[in-house]
Amino acid sequence: MFNYFANPRRFMKLATVLSPWLAGATIVLAAAGLYLGLFASPADYQQGETVRIMYVHVPAAWMALFCYMGLAISAAVGLIWKHPVADVAARATAPIGACFTFLALLTGSLWGKPMWGAWWVWDARLTSVLVLFFLYLGYMALNSAFDDPQRGSKASAILAMVGLVNVPIIKFSVDWWNTLHQPASIVRMDGPTIHPDMLWPLFLMIGAFTTYYLWVLMLRMRRELTETRLRARRQIQAEEAGA
Amino acid sequence: MTGFRAILMRDLRLALRQGMDSAMVVMFFVIAVVLFPLGVGPEPNVLARIAPGVLWVAALLSVLLSLERLFHADFEDGSLELLALSPPALEVVVLAKVLAHWLITGLPLIVAAPVLAVLLNMPADGFGLLLLALLLGTPTLSLIGAVGAALILGSRRGGVLLALLILPLFIPVLIFGVGAVEAAIGGFPARAPLLLLGAIFAGALALCPWGAAAGLRQALE
Repeated sequence: MFNYFANPRRFMKLATVLSPWLAGATIVLAAAGLYLGLFASPADYQQGETVRIMYVHVPAAWMALFCYMGLAISAAVGLIWKHPVADVAARATAPIGACFTFLALLTGSLWGKPMWGAWWVWDARLTSVLVLFFLYLGYMALNSAFDDPQRGSKASAILAMVGLVNVPIIKFSVDWWNTLHQPASIVRMDGPTIHPDMLWPLFLMIGAFTTYYLWVLMLRMRRELTETRLRARRQIQAEEAGA
Repeated sequence: MTGFRAILMRDLRLALRQGMDSAMVVMFFVIAVVLFPLGVGPEPNVLARIAPGVLWVAALLSVLLSLERLFHADFEDGSLELLALSPPALEVVVLAKVLAHWLITGLPLIVAAPVLAVLLNMPADGFGLLLLALLLGTPTLSLIGAVGAALILGSRRGGVLLALLILPLFIPVLIFGVGAVEAAIGGFPARAPLLLLGAIFAGALALCPWGAAAGLRQALE
């Protein structure tokens, strides 16, 4: 399975088949989640209508971490086994993850203004997510900083693994420090503390964000693989024309 | 161990013979700190309030400035390849170079910091903790920075790139370093931030040589 997809052409075949299904799943899940979240679910008794920002904020924050784990794992696979498709996956994940992180910070800020009275507070959760955003930017900058793309992907893979230390800090920042950001309320030992009416749209949105990520990932990877093939073909043509 | 000492002595000797290099870092540190009273205004209360943060941020930037050259000269003239082929493991080479870097740039910063603290009117309760926190924090900065310095070898825009990679990873050191000094000034126990600084140092000491060595290996490939 692992070795099977080391061949870009086989991977392209799978990605071409999967893409429309992922696109369809994204549209269905997002439509259902947005309807339930924006119209069918009740407003919060304290937060009022602003609670609906949560249906975008929580999935975006979730995906910010999910993408970073995906990025670090595929970068590690690319570095250790010299897996060519894993390298492409890592490179394609970075901008998507950066966008999710930015979306999480932006929606959090929009929610924070009416609720906390400030666009931004320097608590542990917000600061560590901001660091995550910088890590994404650093990864992309390092990846494109070399004339030899091979070196870029190797150097940035090491950086991605160094950045992994930040992931548990983000996850547990609300438990370790007494922060303004509320503690975990979905994945808990004693079950979620959110009412099912709000939990369902939240889960649907998380599903929608995940399939959206996979869909865009497939698109970006197909684009990059096609570009590589095109460049190789042009090179051969140029050499033939020269000879 | 002999290899470790040889590399350490070589780097120290090189730094001493080109004495200006390490003096420049301290000069940058002093000038960066002096900018703050001029920018914020000379009010003693305000300066005392921001002193620990200003000193730490300036120290962070000074270390960053000197990190770019940590492996660069050796990479350019090929001695890094010889070091990689020499008997001590590359991790040991990295440790020796990091220790030399800290002795050349970190220690002078620690010596200069109390003088600048006086200029900034920092309360006297914080001085001991400032030294202790810098003593624990600056080697961590050199260690983390070594990973970044190894990764950018041979890249197109080294210095700016290094800042983008390394500064986010410096943030925990900054937070707990300033936390320790401010706790001491405010009369609170500074044990917790100091322990955390020590933990970060221990973690960096264990992990960063491996990361930097991996970075050097892929740069030399």
